Amino acid sequence: AQYRTVDEDFFEELEEILIGADVGVSTVMELIDELKDEVKLRNIKDSKDIAPVISEKLAEKLDKSGEDTKLNMQDNQMTVILFVGVNGVGKTTTIGKMAHSFKQEGKRVVMAAGDTFRAGAIEQLEIWGERVGVDVVKQQEGSDPAAVMYDAIQSARAKKADVLLCDTAGRLQNKVNLMKELEKVKRVISREIPNAPHEVLLVLDATTGQNAMTQAKTFGEATDVTGIVLTKLDGTAKGGIVLAIRNELNIPVKLVGLGEGMDDLQPFDADQFVYGLFKELVEAETGEDAEEEADNSSVR
Amino acid sequence: MAFEGLAERLQATFDKMKSRGKVSESDVKEMMREVRLALLEADVNFKVVKKFVNAVKERAVGQEVMKSLTPGQQVIKVVNEELTALMGGEQSKIAQAQKPPTVVMMVGLQGAGKTTTTAKVANFLRKNNNRSPLMAAADIYRPAAIDQLHTLGKQLDMPVFSLGDKEKPVEIAKGAVAQAKEDHQDYVLIDTAGRLHVDEELMGELQDIKEAVNPDEILLVVDAMTGQDAVNVAESFNEQLGLTGVVLTKLDGDTRGGAALSVKSVTNTPIKFAGMGEKVDQLEPFHPERMASRILGM
Ligand SMILES: Nc1nc2c(ncn2[C@@H]2O[C@H](COP(=O)(O)OP(=O)(O)OP(=O)(O)O)[C@@H](O)[C@H]2O)c(=O)[nH]1
Ligand SMILES: Nc1nc2c(ncn2[C@@H]2O[C@H](COP(=O)(O)OP(=O)(O)OP(=O)(O)O)[C@@H](O)[C@H]2O)c(=O)[nH]1
Ligand SMILES: [K+]
Ligand SMILES: [Mg+2]
Ligand SMILES: [Mg+2]
Repeated sequence: AQYRTVDEDFFEELEEILIGADVGVSTVMELIDELKDEVKLRNIKDSKDIAPVISEKLAEKLDKSGEDTKLNMQDNQMTVILFVGVNGVGKTTTIGKMAHSFKQEGKRVVMAAGDTFRAGAIEQLEIWGERVGVDVVKQQEGSDPAAVMYDAIQSARAKKADVLLCDTAGRLQNKVNLMKELEKVKRVISREIPNAPHEVLLVLDATTGQNAMTQAKTFGEATDVTGIVLTKLDGTAKGGIVLAIRNELNIPVKLVGLGEGMDDLQPFDADQFVYGLFKELVEAETGEDAEEEADNSSVR
Repeated sequence: MAFEGLAERLQATFDKMKSRGKVSESDVKEMMREVRLALLEADVNFKVVKKFVNAVKERAVGQEVMKSLTPGQQVIKVVNEELTALMGGEQSKIAQAQKPPTVVMMVGLQGAGKTTTTAKVANFLRKNNNRSPLMAAADIYRPAAIDQLHTLGKQLDMPVFSLGDKEKPVEIAKGAVAQAKEDHQDYVLIDTAGRLHVDEELMGELQDIKEAVNPDEILLVVDAMTGQDAVNVAESFNEQLGLTGVVLTKLDGDTRGGAALSVKSVTNTPIKFAGMGEKVDQLEPFHPERMASRILGM
């Protein structure tokens, strides 16, 4: 089989594919430079030898220690997980999915309906509660979300819950008052349980472009985000911005959302994710190769 | 920071070349590189950027810029003009059927803002156009989607048509139109479930609704924070449904909103409204020239 040569055209195409995956121009430029050096160093000539190098370089940026994609679960006390993020990214759905998966592990789960603002938000979480068989602590629409959290902690304690999943209303990171409200929610949790929340998960929609960086920065500053859930990866968007986020802010992706159903949540796999970013380039070639081989065989 | 405006970028480039007096072709090239970077950082799709930059370059090399004493500003002017033209130039209004009710369908990806926008448009029509809309709850999949629309209807004191989540969305849409006729409501706004453009079954469902109620408007609701994928989504929805317009939501955030340009350029349909907040009265007619400046960071 013939492979294309690794030349300027190749790098240009790679650049476009990565930009097209929302990796972001500056990160892409940096990467391409590193790759070019590597290609020189290892004397790589054709594209079949470069795919693993691209993977390696990209994965390096994402998976710094390998271990920290695991959730920080507590052995001897209730684990509290707080979900934050902008509007419509998939916070409530992710909580429903996660409740389901903890439940299947035999854990006792409680969910807190901390979105008291959006129309139908409480009902949405309640339906998830019924669906997966998990209790929901709620107050009326319009009540103080920090008060809901306080309640939820008492109630989850009384129920001897293993895990408390806290929903919050979506908010855009440039809304100062809403970010303050979120800080207060977190503060109330920490006051009740000193080392809680044990995880603050920022939910990011994979279709989001460069604004996700600002989201990570601002939510990070307000709530000390410990990990990212990257949702909606079942579509055609690639979510490449998490690479830049990991690079600049060192926040790891812990989970990915792959659909609307309760089983559509998976641990983040850096290698698989990275391959997804540029597989177009590699697989298109294998396609050509396959065709070429087919042509050859017909000649024979 | 990472997202400098185009004006500052070009100023910096220009400062470098000022000492040399005349603007050369390679200077123009360098300015175009800055234009490209600014647009990419604003999330304009890279293919759209390529076409756009070529168009701008042609005008720039065509003397306008090279002869100018202030080439940086001249480039910005050209970019701004081209961008505004591409964004649609003028503001575009929502359709009104010859014979009421006017039927409007909201479509789009999950979480884009369809349900909220349905309520916002209803409110807008009543307040500004003196119309009486009926909202239809045709999302039978998302947990509590129907409750959400009912709650919004109550907030607005406006009727919501629903048949629960057991009837098919096509039947709900048909029922809503019949109801509107009976009650002399002059708009029917159909809220549909979020779906992926590659989901054949659910896209087929939208086609069925379209066939059944023959909508006057099919509005694609797009999150302004969408990145490079916006073109795929918009192109695909447009091919499968024939869009008549776009609503851009969450523009109250700090995104540059380059998706607006991407969507506009692949669908060639006007962006009719901008969502400016979570509340039902936070909807504005879309202003193409403002959006152009925003994308450029000016
Ligand atoms: N395709 C797909 N859709 C998803 C995924 N996760 C969530 N959704 C859908 O995205 C939409 C928004 O999800 P929500 O869970 O309500 O998002 P949220 O962040 O809680 O939204 P707000 O509370 O309004 O800010 C719903 O239609 C979900 O079904 C995913 O991984 N894939
Ligand atoms: N800040 C802001 N939030 C908005 C805007 N439009 C919608 N939202 C919020 O975005 C989230 C999703 O809105 P929905 O109307 O539920 O979106 P949808 O497209 O109907 O979602 P699905 O039905 O799940 O596909 C909610 O939290 C809304 O309050 C807007 O213009 N600005
Ligand atoms: K979204
Ligand atoms: Mg929610
Ligand atoms: Mg909806």
